[in-house]
Amino acid sequence: MANQEFPLIFERSKEGRTSYSLPDLDVPELDFDAELDDVYVRKTPPELPEVSELEIMRHYTGLSNRNYGVDSGFYPLGSCTMKYNPKINEDVARLEGFSHIHPYQDPKTVQGAMEMLYDLQSSLKEITGMHEVSLQSAAGAHGEWTALMMIRAFHEANGDFNRTKVIVPDSAHGTNPASAAVAGFDAVTVKSNEKGIVDLEDLKRVVGDDTASLMLTNPNTLGLFETEIMEMAEIVHAAGGKLYYDGANLNAIMGYTRPGDMGFDAVHLNLHKTFTGPHGGGGPGSGPVGVSKELEPFLPKPIITKKEDQYVFEYDRPQSIGRVKPYYGNFGINLRAYTYIRTMGAEGLKKVSEYAVLNANYMMRKLEKAYELPYNQHCKHEFVLSGSRQKKLGVRTLDIAKRLLDFNYHPPTIYFPLNVEEGLMIEPTETESKETLDGFIDAMLRIAEETENNPEIVQEAPHNTIVKRMDETTAARKPILRFYK
Amino acid sequence: MEFRYLPMTETDKKEMLQTIGVSSTDELFSDIPSSVRFQGELNLKKPANEYELKKELTEMANKNASLRQYTSFLGAGVYDHFIPSVVDHVISRSEFYTAYTPYQPEISQGELQAIFEFQTMISELTGMPVANSSMYDGGTSLAEAVNLSAAQTRRKKVLVSQAVHPESRAVIETYARGQNVEIVEIGLKNGLTDLEHLEQELDDTIAGVVIQYPNFFGQIEPLHKVEELIKQQKKTMFIVSSNPLALGYLTPPGEFGADIVVGDTQVFGIAGQFGGPHCGYFATTEKLMRKVPGRLVGQTKDEDGVRGFVLTLQAREQHIRRDKATSNICSNQALNALASSVAMSSIGKHGLRKMATLNMQKARYAIAQCNAAGLEVVYENSSFNEFVVKFSESVPAINDKLFEKGIIGGYDLERHYPELTGHMLIAVTEIRTKEEIDTFVKELGDING
Repeated sequence: MANQEFPLIFERSKEGRTSYSLPDLDVPELDFDAELDDVYVRKTPPELPEVSELEIMRHYTGLSNRNYGVDSGFYPLGSCTMKYNPKINEDVARLEGFSHIHPYQDPKTVQGAMEMLYDLQSSLKEITGMHEVSLQSAAGAHGEWTALMMIRAFHEANGDFNRTKVIVPDSAHGTNPASAAVAGFDAVTVKSNEKGIVDLEDLKRVVGDDTASLMLTNPNTLGLFETEIMEMAEIVHAAGGKLYYDGANLNAIMGYTRPGDMGFDAVHLNLHKTFTGPHGGGGPGSGPVGVSKELEPFLPKPIITKKEDQYVFEYDRPQSIGRVKPYYGNFGINLRAYTYIRTMGAEGLKKVSEYAVLNANYMMRKLEKAYELPYNQHCKHEFVLSGSRQKKLGVRTLDIAKRLLDFNYHPPTIYFPLNVEEGLMIEPTETESKETLDGFIDAMLRIAEETENNPEIVQEAPHNTIVKRMDETTAARKPILRFYK
Repeated sequence: MEFRYLPMTETDKKEMLQTIGVSSTDELFSDIPSSVRFQGELNLKKPANEYELKKELTEMANKNASLRQYTSFLGAGVYDHFIPSVVDHVISRSEFYTAYTPYQPEISQGELQAIFEFQTMISELTGMPVANSSMYDGGTSLAEAVNLSAAQTRRKKVLVSQAVHPESRAVIETYARGQNVEIVEIGLKNGLTDLEHLEQELDDTIAGVVIQYPNFFGQIEPLHKVEELIKQQKKTMFIVSSNPLALGYLTPPGEFGADIVVGDTQVFGIAGQFGGPHCGYFATTEKLMRKVPGRLVGQTKDEDGVRGFVLTLQAREQHIRRDKATSNICSNQALNALASSVAMSSIGKHGLRKMATLNMQKARYAIAQCNAAGLEVVYENSSFNEFVVKFSESVPAINDKLFEKGIIGGYDLERHYPELTGHMLIAVTEIRTKEEIDTFVKELGDING
């Protein structure tokens, strides 16, 4: 398998070859020279490839063969919810009445699209227990920042300009503190306790009249439910702060509990995680934001409402934070999520969480024999192992991840959350069969055994991939970010 | 009720519960305090089977007037272009669309190489040496550029031309507020940025100047003149938002000294989709390479010396730097960047010039026909594929009448420019035929009386 370089599309290019099929010039040809200043006329054409249509298909088919998706195999990447991406969603998103509509068409002519968005908003309100939802944010981090901007606007509307701090747990995703910074806040860390949940005493220590918000995932990134959520909500609310729910882990709790019922004032959802929007190799996603009644006036505008039997965009929202994105959000991803929710209904979504949690607990119990389990209790949809035992034998978590590639698995998330040494964060999702889980468990147990008896095979992995480990240091030190002829 | 995405059988479940050492899945949720437990069933529509759901959603789609049924002259940032069939065939390959961010390079060379190629194409188009792997869209990409200019220059004021897309300006406002950056808008003169006003506002407190090229009215801004003004302020950054298709014919912003060039690649292989997902691009100088938001792919070698690609310069990013990151962006628009790469490969070096020229020729034909029909084409600058016509009637009223004739008319500029009542922004792309343009102009003439 190894040692296969693959030509760049530019290296396939040959002067004079074409693949385009453009309409004819059916209007009288004009000479631009008289009218267009020569300074605007491009002298050197951009070096786009010159290839035939078959060469394009061979090229990209070849590239796809050098890639790995959920349809290729098991993808237990913690916190990413790599579940199956239903095919009906893809078909629906390609219907001309959805794909070929323009955001500036008269709303009267796109009532079907607006009905879908309105219905999706209503469904997400129900699932999260929030008062109102905006679909404008493009992804999870974008949703986080949107909600924090609303929280900031809320405090400022109350004349409260001193709330400069956003509290994030030490186990939080990197986007949480980054979004806080982009919204103009200072991120403050609250520690986790020995049970893996937020330390209430430390929370009391960091919370104060400068607290704008506490950002929390529940279950948290260790896959553990924050059982003291009501106490936390009370502490933050008593100090005048707002509670923010990062929906990255919503897949664990649908139909069991809702952020709105846990006292959260704002939430974002990752429709590309919980609601089967495909990850697309990194995006596009969709990160709707739900809020309490108190925060509702600050939602991005426009929002979609229903007046009599017409769906309309409402722009007259004086306290709105404004726009966070042109147009109305990632409509195509919202449509896929809507299709999924309609497929599953309330009963199905609750089963999703039931099986996501069952699968994670099953794997955790099977793997705790061979790997350190730092927090030994029922998990939710994911769990975190530590490679600390293997590290003592000279095998790092990175090696374990690379060895998994030899067995045709995508590795778990590694070295995260930061509060676990040599962490392996495993999220099986509900769409995997017991046989698949067992196969992965066997591979993990075998790697643990190899670590003891034949560590080199793990340390030198992967052995079966098209390329071996990459020199990332040189890539960063002497960056080559584009092709030159 | 059966659920085709849930494979567990009752036997599986029993065995698994036994392994875990509990008697029911409910026990696994017992740590959720009863006070916050949701009682009963969520109030959602009943689950629908595949056939019926597809039928229902097809009916819902059919309630929308699609650009494939109607002849559209609507642009204003989202354009109806020819999309080669290869695009959808490539992005429908599930090895691409069901993959996550390529964090494991050994099994993600396909995606990584495709992004590297995308970065190269954007670099070529814009005339900038560095391009990232994508942003959410042109608007947020521009807002990130504004904040980057403020962070880099340690200045808190940015000048933004009113000829920049109004919704992008609205997004800039929101992002800038987060960073306490002040936005000063530069007014218009004959459909272009008012350079006198720009000169008045430019001083050594200005972090950046934002110009759209071609601008929101389709007019080609004199970037060389803007460059001269900006050059007089040493640190001030020149930020250009650009339709990448136009750069098939027009001199790229990189040749006018731009520091950051952003825009949206929707014009290449991405359907309008009611406004998203599209695909932002972000291109810049070598100097700013380590400040770029979002993901970058770099070329390197594996242990055996085989060429390959990795995510690189990750010390800029949120998952490493947390609150010190250059941006909070994580998910981007990778699949749409792939769609645009395929479209750009298909259109190719010569096709791009041809496609850009077709847009300019057909738009100029439409302008000539409008003039001949006695319609008032305002602004007399060179334009790309859009232009503005002034009517005595309101644009929505005109569009209602056009719609009855199977035409989706242009954009009502009064929506964002109250002084431009009766001004319609008309887009003519390569797929509009002479006959469609003639009919459109005839209808406009009839309506205008």
